[in-house]
Amino acid sequence: MTDVLDPPVDFAHEEPAHEEHHGPTGILKWITTTDHKVIGLSYTVTAVVMLVIGGLFAEIIRGQLATPNGTLVSLAQYNELFTMHGSVMIYLFAGPFAFGALANIIVPIQIGAPDMAFPRLNALSYWLYLTGSITMLAGFFTAGGAANFGWVAYAPLSNSLNTPGSGADLWIGGLLLTGFSAIFTGVNLAATIFYLRAPGMTMFRMPIFTWNLLVTAILILLAFPVLTAGLIMLYADRHFGTHIYSVAGGGVPVLWQHIFWFWGHPEVYILALPFFGMVTEIIPVFSRKPVFGYKGMVFATLSIAALSLGVWAHHMFTTGVVLLPFFSIMSLLIAVPTGIKIFNWIGTMWRGEIWFSTAMLMAIGFVVTFLIGGLTGIYLASPPLDFFTHDTYFVVAHFHSVVMALVLGGMAGLYYWGPKITGYLLNETIGKIQFWLLFIGTQVFTIPLYILGLQGMPRRMAVYPHDPQWQNLNDWSSFGAVLIGLSTLLFVVNIAVSWKKHPAGDNPWDAHTLEWFTTSPPPHHNFYRLPQIRSERPTWDYNHPEHHALAHGKHDPEASAQ
Amino acid sequence: MPNFGVTKGATTSSSSVYHLWQGFSLGAVIIGAFVVLLILYAVLRYRRKGDRIPAQTQYHLPLEVLYTVVPILIVFGLFAATVVVENKVVANPKTNVVVDVNAFQWGWKFTYPGSSAVVVGQTTQNPVMEIPVNTNVHINLTSTDVIHGFYVKEFNFSRYALPGIVNQFTIRAVNTGTYFGQCTQLCGLYHSLMFFSVKVVSMSDYTTWLNSFQNGSAAQAAQSATQQQTSSVVPSKTTKSSGVN
Amino acid sequence: MKVEAKILLGLGLFFGLMCAVYWNWSLENAGGVMMFAAMLLGFLPGGYYYWWSRRMKARPEDDPTATQEEGAGVVGAFPGTSIWPFTLGMGAFMVVLALVFGIWFLVPGLGLVVWAMLGGTAEGRRGGHV
Repeated sequence: MTDVLDPPVDFAHEEPAHEEHHGPTGILKWITTTDHKVIGLSYTVTAVVMLVIGGLFAEIIRGQLATPNGTLVSLAQYNELFTMHGSVMIYLFAGPFAFGALANIIVPIQIGAPDMAFPRLNALSYWLYLTGSITMLAGFFTAGGAANFGWVAYAPLSNSLNTPGSGADLWIGGLLLTGFSAIFTGVNLAATIFYLRAPGMTMFRMPIFTWNLLVTAILILLAFPVLTAGLIMLYADRHFGTHIYSVAGGGVPVLWQHIFWFWGHPEVYILALPFFGMVTEIIPVFSRKPVFGYKGMVFATLSIAALSLGVWAHHMFTTGVVLLPFFSIMSLLIAVPTGIKIFNWIGTMWRGEIWFSTAMLMAIGFVVTFLIGGLTGIYLASPPLDFFTHDTYFVVAHFHSVVMALVLGGMAGLYYWGPKITGYLLNETIGKIQFWLLFIGTQVFTIPLYILGLQGMPRRMAVYPHDPQWQNLNDWSSFGAVLIGLSTLLFVVNIAVSWKKHPAGDNPWDAHTLEWFTTSPPPHHNFYRLPQIRSERPTWDYNHPEHHALAHGKHDPEASAQ
Repeated sequence: MPNFGVTKGATTSSSSVYHLWQGFSLGAVIIGAFVVLLILYAVLRYRRKGDRIPAQTQYHLPLEVLYTVVPILIVFGLFAATVVVENKVVANPKTNVVVDVNAFQWGWKFTYPGSSAVVVGQTTQNPVMEIPVNTNVHINLTSTDVIHGFYVKEFNFSRYALPGIVNQFTIRAVNTGTYFGQCTQLCGLYHSLMFFSVKVVSMSDYTTWLNSFQNGSAAQAAQSATQQQTSSVVPSKTTKSSGVN
Repeated sequence: MKVEAKILLGLGLFFGLMCAVYWNWSLENAGGVMMFAAMLLGFLPGGYYYWWSRRMKARPEDDPTATQEEGAGVVGAFPGTSIWPFTLGMGAFMVVLALVFGIWFLVPGLGLVVWAMLGGTAEGRRGGHV
């Protein structure tokens, strides 16, 4: 019977000996890579570039809204701005960052695999993402400008009569490419997690980050094909003479909303679950305890996924044609597993030894911000309350609270895993300043928007001449946006300042999971040696055998404080 | 009880919605404060003080069951309250006062079936829909082109105007006054400026106003009255056209 | 594979229940069809995994007492470098641009796609670079 104290096992490399310096070099090496670490890093860089582009659009929007009759941009340009801000942030930043960037790099290493199950498909996913992003943004260079019908493209506004330009078609085309990119990544993640785990790594010993990515992959497979089909039908209506979404030919405009939101709601959980997973890795490490309620976390994640397919029409309460009570109760119920997660994070910190690294600060900031966003979401699950908040800044504030929480979570992930991926630590002092700017900036940005929504300010307004008194709160919100922008700049500064400065070593955080057992950065095919896996914390067990996890669940009264 | 940012509004439904909002808000504040305090306590009390490794507690089943079951119960309570108010808001009792509201790019048209009253106006012309106080007013809402949103803040209510579908809802105003409304669903270039107003008057004033449309001159007066409600922002032609018919 | 099977079957079951309630209550067909399809996505692979899990012996990653030595040997095929994903990606890019720019892009795009499919398949059979 082997034991966690056994020396780690050296791999006999199964593939024929190869010399890496005979492979392609330079740009050809990047174009032909199938290494999940390189692909994941490409995703990360591209996604952060998209974050900056989307952020630029946001700053222009806030500039336009700084006065009631703003003339920074025209009415037409404003419609393009918020459409592309939302589209870039959701389709081109948040999704790919969530399931293509850190997931690509970390999941195989966390389960002891040499790479993803389908490395070439993985590379294809990246190229589809990159070209899809270029396609969507190319709309700005067309005569009619980029897509301008909102990131949700409701019919009939998005048909060829109301939006004739090719910017809209490029938007659709970009989403077809990025949609397939996501689907292929979903296939890859599920196959990798099902088939490439190391010996002893049973499903219930996987890290919660990996669990969350598995559920994300299943959601991707459930949802993205629906969006792709809907988009093809939209393109057909626009160019092939079909009347799927138009009244004139016997079609139903609301059908677009059903199809879009059937994808759209699981999509927000596809975005959120990976970040939940990141935070669930970080909080235990910096509390020096295992995650509290591992099985509860798994149950909560699966519940969120299951419920998320039954709530889509809560985005359609004001259409008057959906079954209100069904969607209301399902949407309210989704608060329960989310609450379980929040309590489990608190339980993890409880009676721990909490160390406030930048990653931990960002993770705690995530929890607080997500709490606010989640609570305001509960109002929106009640149709009578949604009727008067829908399409106002209250909703805008709600989802910005939630996505800014995801940004905090993403920063936590980058500070935590950055050293593992690059081999070098980021500067903690700059990181902490960045955290306070980002966290305070987020609240200063979103709280005025909640109030504005309740005061009656609708969303997607280029000007607000009838209610100039809204200017004050808008200016506060813009100030918060500036703080957020500054924090992003600080992040870039941190990368520049820390470049190749302080080597991280294998495990700078005394972390628990398998990726911290290997070198920083990991070698080709990830591991020179593997420990025996007897719990969900194989690295911790190896480093702290006297505090190792017992048969799942019980805590050992003798293994408490030294 | 604080109003948590909403007012009881001008209709019977709006005050029910307001009370529901207050109830939800009380719950949100209590739960939110409780959780934030827990987090604050944890980060302050359990700050790392040395190098000790704490008890590696992994779970506590009774506690986990508690914070699964209690939120479910809270959710059912919120749902029950929601259903009660929702039934009031979506009810359509029989009434003689009917207004057909037609949204279009980028204005509103109000017609009163059974009379020749018509009020129409574009963008900042801010057409006024006149209705009687303390009466159930049945609205038939539709659109002739894209989806628009009929939103009046003082009613704590909005509803989509959909092409090909007539959405029906009832308003019963309890206070006279003029209430501003605008389009809330993105509908193209002048979406930001699709204003309208609802003017609640006494039943006798309403009847007088309605009858004034029988003779042509009053109708003309009403039309020009709406056209004179311009504001400082007047729609202008833009050189770059996107999404304009 | 039992846990994996149960996850998918469990999701399929939940979606089936939700579909039955929703479709009968709302009589709304788009949502009903989509939920039904979701149920199938849970049952089909889940059922397959379940069928397999009863016929296979425990893999090392399903065995909580497995040792790393048991995982020795070839784990899978991991082609180290390949030009075909990039080629296929560029082909797909051109095909999509054809939606806007027409046949000028469609033909070369499809050409690249087909070339990449053939090349990638041949590479897979050959074993590829590691």
